[in-house]
Amino acid sequence: MNLWQSILEALESLAANKMRSGLTILGIVIGVAAVIAMLAVGTGAQDTITGSISGIGTNLLFVFRSRDDSIRNPKPLTLGDADAIADPFQAPSVEAVAPILDGSATISYGGEMTRATLDGVTPAYFSVRNYTVVEGDYITEEHILGRASVALVGPELADTLFGRHDGITGETIRIEGQPFRVIGVLEAKGGGMMGSQDNVALVPFSTAQTRLLRRSPQDRVDVIFVQAVSADLVSQAANEIADILRTRHRTPIGADDFTVFSQEDFVQTAETITGVLTIFLGGIAGISLLVGGIGIMNIMLVSVTERTREIGLRKALGARKRDILIQFLTESSLLSMIGGLVGILVGWGIATLVEVIAANSGTPFATSIGLDAVLLATIFSAAVGLFFGIYPANRAANLEPVEALRYE
Amino acid sequence: MEDWVITAENLTKVYKMGEVEVHALRGVSLKIKRGEVVAIMGPSGSGKSTIMNILGCLDRPTSGEYILDGEVVQSLNDDQLADIRNRKVGFVFQSFNLLPRQTSLANVELPLRYAGMTSGRKERARASLEAVGLGDRMLHRPTELSGGQQQRVAIARALVNNPAIIMADEPTGNLDSKVGQEIMDLLLGLNRDKGTTLILVTHDPKIGAQAQRTIRLIDGLVEDGA
Ligand SMILES: Nc1ncnc2c1ncn2[C@@H]1O[C@H](COP(=O)(O)OP(=O)(O)O)[C@@H](O)[C@H]1O
Ligand SMILES: [Mg+2]
Repeated sequence: MNLWQSILEALESLAANKMRSGLTILGIVIGVAAVIAMLAVGTGAQDTITGSISGIGTNLLFVFRSRDDSIRNPKPLTLGDADAIADPFQAPSVEAVAPILDGSATISYGGEMTRATLDGVTPAYFSVRNYTVVEGDYITEEHILGRASVALVGPELADTLFGRHDGITGETIRIEGQPFRVIGVLEAKGGGMMGSQDNVALVPFSTAQTRLLRRSPQDRVDVIFVQAVSADLVSQAANEIADILRTRHRTPIGADDFTVFSQEDFVQTAETITGVLTIFLGGIAGISLLVGGIGIMNIMLVSVTERTREIGLRKALGARKRDILIQFLTESSLLSMIGGLVGILVGWGIATLVEVIAANSGTPFATSIGLDAVLLATIFSAAVGLFFGIYPANRAANLEPVEALRYE
Repeated sequence: MEDWVITAENLTKVYKMGEVEVHALRGVSLKIKRGEVVAIMGPSGSGKSTIMNILGCLDRPTSGEYILDGEVVQSLNDDQLADIRNRKVGFVFQSFNLLPRQTSLANVELPLRYAGMTSGRKERARASLEAVGLGDRMLHRPTELSGGQQQRVAIARALVNNPAIIMADEPTGNLDSKVGQEIMDLLLGLNRDKGTTLILVTHDPKIGAQAQRTIRLIDGLVEDGA
């Protein structure tokens, strides 16, 4: 019996029980659609997060204070540390250095008042972080020297205070009650892992240091952003930074009081987290596929019982075990593969719906259905059909012809 | 030397139902010549269907020797038995046993498919249906046919692989006597024209009288005729 004939015959017999076949297929459709949608959303989340990390800048390194409590006499990061890292003789792989003070503040304009991220930055910050302004100017060396009362505002903060994010350069806002002149508006960066990056105000480092975000000792910095000369030199730069800081802080080997983290490390951490999330969601969806498979087994068992006489007759006419096995396996595989194909389409529909809803609620989010997810779903659903079809088909194939023919 | 198409030696069949053993056959020996028409008769429960199933290779005897058209049947495995049924035996059942959703043509084609035939099946099936006088009912489904016509489709199906033997277990049992006689005439005609050996199980003396020989079974033993 050739394959095409078997498929036609299986389709005919499935069509004879449309309602039953349809409901069985539905079980697989739900399972496959869930797997596809979960993987699409998971992969989409991963792409969005890694994308937002990449958006922070290129070839970036972050230097933090260590959070390890067991280190004795930890020394804070200082402007001196930042200057040492910026020294091309000590750290030839470093392109630029941007120390910042990172905090938050109450900001008001007219009757509007809100809380936003407040960062004290140097002019290098903008190139290092790949930041541009959509109107106005950047913070300059003169602003730093003069501890100028100027600020750049993010678009979200601008919207909150002014109800718009253009044409506000020259206005005066109050940060912790002190007047600051707006010199420009930052481009939109979108939501990041740590909340919105657009609800932010940037002021000159020296201004923040003396008036808004006072630290002790006074030359302390919160984070140092470092840009490596090239992607190849990122880990080289990390080593140079670590050497410099170990010398300056006199830390014993293995007891660093600082952490150097590369953008790549962040991406990898995020990928690990979202990867686990994706597998978890996919796994839950996979369980529903399993339930669908059990539905197939159930229906095939019923079908074998109902068609006992037919099986007996086929055997009387010369069908071998293999012929009967193939007949029923073809039916169960068809059920699951039709379910798989429809499920892929439905899953794709759900993913698209998630995208539309996300876009409408203001957090654009691209789901992505990879070929691997489609292949996985196809293979998995076919395997489910085969696996759960084997027991009923085997039962049919092993019926004794006489017993089967006598069955009422 | 005679040309025996069936040689059965001391066949027994024991059905075990829990603790109880039913001896359906207690040592049946019989021989059937190629081209013969043999009726197996006997009261209900005497083992007619049991011997028929064994001779048709649908079932195995508990003990005994059986040679069908030169094949020593008791040494064959399930797939080899299926092959024997496919090539050497054509079955006609009391209740027709057609696939209800398939056309006459598809029903008659079925043995050819299990024979692994890939081309020319339709032609063979069509010829077989014409031979039983149903050339104009090829695409009808069983529900669209009378009982007599359904049994003719079943006979066409039994013939299609040119078997050595046709085994018919009460082929007229579900038909009225007129239509039953037509079916008998058809079967006897096939025997006459093609020389196909015909083994009939019946409890109807009028049908049995049309056979060349009658084997009488009583309580799992041959009374006479073997
Ligand atoms: N599958 C079976 N299990 C148990 N007993 C059976 C089975 N098939 C037949 N028998 C018994 O074997 C005997 C012969 O049955 P059968 O060959 O069908 O008789 P007949 O066809 O002559 O009426 C009967 O007593 C019947 O009850
Ligand atoms: Mg009987």
